[in-house]
Amino acid sequence: MPTLANYLLASGILFAIGLGGVMLRRSIIVIFMSLEMMLSAANLSLVAFSRYGLVNGHQNFNAQILVFFIITVAAAEVAVGLAIIVSLYRARQTTHVEDLDTLKF
Amino acid sequence: MNISMIAWITLLVPLIAAALIVLVTRTSKPLASGLAILSALVAFVGAWTLFIAKTHGDFLGFNWINVAIDLDHHFTIPLGLLIDPLSRTMLVIVATIAPLVFIYSLGYMKEEEGYWRYFAGLALFLFSMLGIVLADNLVMMFIFWELVGVSSYILIGHYFRKNSAADAAKQAFLVNRIGDFGFMLGILFIWLATGDISFASLNPEAGALQGQPVMLAIGVVLIFCGTVGKSAQFPLHVWLPNSMEGPTPVSSLLHAATMVAAGVYLLARIFPLLAASPQASEIVLWIGAITALGAGFLAIGQDDIKGILAYSTISQLGYMVAGAGLAVSAALPMFHLFTHAFFKCLLFLSAGSVILGMHHEQDIWKMGGLKNKMPLTFLAYLAGMLALSGCPGLSGSFSKDLIMAHAWADHRAIFWVLVVGAALTPFYMARQASVVFLGSPRSDHAKHAHESPMVMVLPLLLLAIPSIAAGWGFVKNIFFPEALGSLEEAGHLPWFVEWIFISAFVVGIALAFAIYRNPAKDPLRIPLLANRFYIDAFYDWAVATIQGGFARLCSFIDRWFINGILVQGSATAIWFLGFCLRFLQVGNIQAYAFFFGAGVIALIYVLLTVH
Repeated sequence: MPTLANYLLASGILFAIGLGGVMLRRSIIVIFMSLEMMLSAANLSLVAFSRYGLVNGHQNFNAQILVFFIITVAAAEVAVGLAIIVSLYRARQTTHVEDLDTLKF
Repeated sequence: MNISMIAWITLLVPLIAAALIVLVTRTSKPLASGLAILSALVAFVGAWTLFIAKTHGDFLGFNWINVAIDLDHHFTIPLGLLIDPLSRTMLVIVATIAPLVFIYSLGYMKEEEGYWRYFAGLALFLFSMLGIVLADNLVMMFIFWELVGVSSYILIGHYFRKNSAADAAKQAFLVNRIGDFGFMLGILFIWLATGDISFASLNPEAGALQGQPVMLAIGVVLIFCGTVGKSAQFPLHVWLPNSMEGPTPVSSLLHAATMVAAGVYLLARIFPLLAASPQASEIVLWIGAITALGAGFLAIGQDDIKGILAYSTISQLGYMVAGAGLAVSAALPMFHLFTHAFFKCLLFLSAGSVILGMHHEQDIWKMGGLKNKMPLTFLAYLAGMLALSGCPGLSGSFSKDLIMAHAWADHRAIFWVLVVGAALTPFYMARQASVVFLGSPRSDHAKHAHESPMVMVLPLLLLAIPSIAAGWGFVKNIFFPEALGSLEEAGHLPWFVEWIFISAFVVGIALAFAIYRNPAKDPLRIPLLANRFYIDAFYDWAVATIQGGFARLCSFIDRWFINGILVQGSATAIWFLGFCLRFLQVGNIQAYAFFFGAGVIALIYVLLTVH
């Protein structure tokens, strides 16, 4: 039986991988995927806290319900985000962040 | 047609004519002048109808401003026409002089540029002056007061391509503004103190004025500032001689009935306040006397035929103002205004006739011997000149002597000042008459001068009649009923006072004819007088040095402190901040994400550790 710490560790690793992807990768698609990974890490820790945190000896499902909402919103966000990326690609023929520096001084 | 209709028609027809001339009849000379003359004739008929019917009443047009101050009090500025003995008489003066000048202008302006502009200006001028005469409260009078200022600006600056004319118009306007500012303060002051601005209820005992002679004096003197500006009293007289740059009929209208008379009329209007304040009337009296004497001296030093008349107007206005300051009755200054309007108008129109005959030469030292060339003009001029000089039996002597007689009774020092002025009057007028009309011609123009056309001479001859007769007893009784104020002799005068007046006239006129008997050039050249007491030069200096210096200081502060430091300084500071900050815009989305994350972590750290 894994403990809460195991879950949080897995969540932390997942978050760190996501953060590293966002910071270091060059392709926007991959950055976007890493971003989703960070979101999933947060979801995982939420569910874990919900599973192990008892209120008055009873389980609290609030956080698990919240996770469903987050997944739903994330799905919508992905739809919007991917649409932006597609139109960006159409406009600039690239999805590499180094090439998108028009706002630079 | 009821009487209120007639009053409104009298007032508004010149305005309509002015608007029509500007909007419709620009291209047609006869239509433009015809409309103006027609409107003047309508005003003439209306004014005389009101006068003969002895109309008395306050005809409210509408309430222009009506504001509730609280539940019980309203602040109202009505636009209404007040017709009483005072405004009836003034109305007749204005509306009688105006058509004559309008008709005379037909001849004088025939060849001039801006024909329609000139007649539109004249009609507007007439409208403004009628408004002053008929206004039933101080604010409405002030509106028309300013309109007179504007229309005089238009007319004085008629030859605006000439620098001197443009400057004169500007000066007339600005100098009047100084006086008008005092007038405006006076109106506010009176309104604050009494809560009322209508002439019918002017009351020196009302409201906060009760038992406050100093407050009353301040209010009256502030309003008197308007008179000082408009009636060209010392020290704001400088604009009137310069206003001679306008066409001569305009000068005539300006000096006789429509502008400078407004100031005296204002004094007659607020006479209940003036009479109740001995301090204020003392100031008015002295200003008037100083002006009467000073301008009399200055008239001797002038070479311009119109300049002499201009200073003589200022001097005569001084008599009127002094007459008001004697605080005997409102009729006293109005009587002199009445007689003066006719002979001064006549003198200016004669001068205009001379100028036209001389091909626009105005220097009297280039004229001479014109009496044979222009006999009708000379006759008319002679009537006006003698009336102005106070020749016994002619109109001017009655009104001027009456003022001086009251001065003898009330204020001996003023009396002597005025008598010296009264001796100067025949002196400078006879000087002008002798140099212009007598002797031998001093230039080719004078040799070939010719009489003016009938359209110009006729108004001259018509005006000569009232110039002679306006002071006679029966005329006086018609125009100055008891209700306007008493014109009684000033108590019992010693027998020699009458002889002082007559000898002042005789001495003045004899001296002038003795000195100016056909000289080639001015035998009596006094630089102080020719340079107008250096008052104009002093004003020029004051404006250029003091006011100009202050303006430069303001400009410096504005340019370097307000603009340089406050406005541009703040803009530069923001720009510099932005310049520094934009180095953070590296253009790398991941760097932004890093900054963002680092910021969030720093924020969490601060929130957790700092209390």
